[in-house]
Amino acid sequence: MTRPVDAEGLAARFIADEAHESTHDRLVWGMRHNRDMAVAGVPEWEELRELASRIKEHTLAHLDRYLEEFEANATKLGTHVHWARDSEEHNAVVYEILHAHGVKSLTKSKSMLQEECGMTPYLQKRGIEVTESDLGERIQQLDGEPPSHIVVPAIHKLRSDVAALFARDLGTDPTNADPHYLAEAMRQDARPRFMAADAGMTGANFAVAETGGFVVCTNEGNADIGASVPPLHIASIGIEKLIPRARDLGVFIRMLSRSALGSAITQFTSHFHGPRRDGELHVVLVDNTRSDRLGSPDFWHGLKCIRCGACMNTCPVYRRGSGLSYGATYSGPIGVILDPGFDIRKYRELPFHSSLCGSCTEVCPVKIDISDQIYKWRRVVAAKGLLTLTKRVGMRALGTTFAHPALFHAAESVGESAMVHLPRFLLYNSLNPWGKHRELPAAPKQTFRQWYIENRRNP
Amino acid sequence: MKVGLFIPCYIDAFFPEVGIATLELLERLGCSVEYPLDQTCCGQPMANSGCQEDSAATEALFVQCFKDFDTVVGPSASCVHHVRFHLDAIEQTPEARKVRAGTRELVEFLHDDLKVGSFPWAEFPHRVGLHNSCTAVRGLGHARPSERVNEPDFSKTRDLLAKIPGLELVEIDRPDECCGFGGSFCVTDEAVSAKMGYDRVNDFHRHGAEYIASADMSCLLHQKGVIDRLKLPMKVIHVAQILNGGPL
Repeated sequence: MTRPVDAEGLAARFIADEAHESTHDRLVWGMRHNRDMAVAGVPEWEELRELASRIKEHTLAHLDRYLEEFEANATKLGTHVHWARDSEEHNAVVYEILHAHGVKSLTKSKSMLQEECGMTPYLQKRGIEVTESDLGERIQQLDGEPPSHIVVPAIHKLRSDVAALFARDLGTDPTNADPHYLAEAMRQDARPRFMAADAGMTGANFAVAETGGFVVCTNEGNADIGASVPPLHIASIGIEKLIPRARDLGVFIRMLSRSALGSAITQFTSHFHGPRRDGELHVVLVDNTRSDRLGSPDFWHGLKCIRCGACMNTCPVYRRGSGLSYGATYSGPIGVILDPGFDIRKYRELPFHSSLCGSCTEVCPVKIDISDQIYKWRRVVAAKGLLTLTKRVGMRALGTTFAHPALFHAAESVGESAMVHLPRFLLYNSLNPWGKHRELPAAPKQTFRQWYIENRRNP
Repeated sequence: MKVGLFIPCYIDAFFPEVGIATLELLERLGCSVEYPLDQTCCGQPMANSGCQEDSAATEALFVQCFKDFDTVVGPSASCVHHVRFHLDAIEQTPEARKVRAGTRELVEFLHDDLKVGSFPWAEFPHRVGLHNSCTAVRGLGHARPSERVNEPDFSKTRDLLAKIPGLELVEIDRPDECCGFGGSFCVTDEAVSAKMGYDRVNDFHRHGAEYIASADMSCLLHQKGVIDRLKLPMKVIHVAQILNGGPL
């Protein structure tokens, strides 16, 4: 049986490290703050959200049509279009293309989809060297960790962590944590790899049905070096990335980076329409559970996601526990609603790694009902019998107590210490978790009900 | 006006003074208040854990207790939110629908329905930090959520507290950041919950609050636990206690 990810335990470990946790919370909250500032500069923000949401809903409702339109138009431009039902097919298609071109090394720009498919280990096992071109992503690759954030993959690391890592892998001075020094060391190490690569791989932020082109947004221009230097460019695109028309891009591009980092636009917004001269362009359109999700009345709206990371930045649980605590490709609130769709057993604890504060729903630029979906996933987990034993037994006992006034009033009967009652009828769990960092309230002399009977019924 | 008084389980058991303040306040404002003695809970603890089946009998009892009232008032945004938006483990009979639609949270009842202009019996000469709970703000619309930066600012609880002589509201860094209570989350995700609570309480403390006031006692139960552990010179108080002038 699949062991569930222990999000709570992983988060607790991150929090125990005061320096990492407080810096992480401050930096990630800073992105939320910058988002607020950027949004304040766009008075029609709420209208844009509504428009973006409707464009995505419309596209998803007619996805078959738009996918075929995209394929036809991309093919006209000279792009090779491939289809992949799942991650295995995706990886096989990619490898086939690379193998046919005798590719030994490739430059890979950040792609959550390729992460989702486990592509890098798949290719490395087959002898292909993969170099991440996004700085944060490269840091994570060297450290053997997945990205902890969709947009800023190494945000959970301190400068000193990077200095230690680079000292180990790039031979830098371990005591020098100056960002310029470290970035320069990476540049010196990565540049020859980029220049020698046989292929470049990217993801895509948007694929336009009307034109057959696609758009990749980065802040480092790193997608462009992979797409421009080697003669072969392969882009992996989730089928939910489609939008109908080029002019719809304006809605999303205005929202993407404002939501993510609080900047008006990403530094690079690169449009690819067919292969470059003497080059070859391949697009792999990937389903990998997206069709299943599209058929789910409760969860299909998750496909509207444009991967901005705003929900992570605002999430108080994410900021405290870090993205790695989710143990999944997608972390934060969006991860909580996407991951169980991939593997409900493995990710059954994630819907409970949330205080249901609802802030994610409010910042989402495409109006995904994230918080409501987290609540609904809890019902799915319970209905499938996948709750922890403590919860299952506790909730059954609690439900019985609350259903019978006499039982409830006996449980809260005064004269005994509240210490006895708190876990039983309110916290329904071992007493220890509450008391680790918090005091319990003192028991009052009488309950409200008893006071009411004394003072209003029999005064 | 006849009002059914809904006192959530944890207020009944641990904070009877909040129930008393709510009752007295409603009576002072001319309501004829009745507290059905068989009430226990709204079903939220079970439902929030996904356990619809375990929640059903409690929800049925809630409807049974309040079916004869056109208006039900409770001093807890999160419980009222459950009743209005999530009480669906039972068949949605006309009675269930009536109870759900008629259940009001105390602040919105005072602010929107009774439109109370003043509380002449109350004063509170203290520096107060306002904790608007997540369900109050984003669930019931008590205030403009901080994420909606372009919308006009408002806060119903702040409006009510502004009518209390002597009360001074303190500004904090993250006005509607979650305190980390979150129901069973507070024990199942203990480390995250506690850290959020520490950060929240310290935000109020840094800005010189003597009291943390809220329309949600469950958030305050958690924050009081933090305050007491850290031995900070702060207290928690329900909005009803301030508006009623006690009991403390």
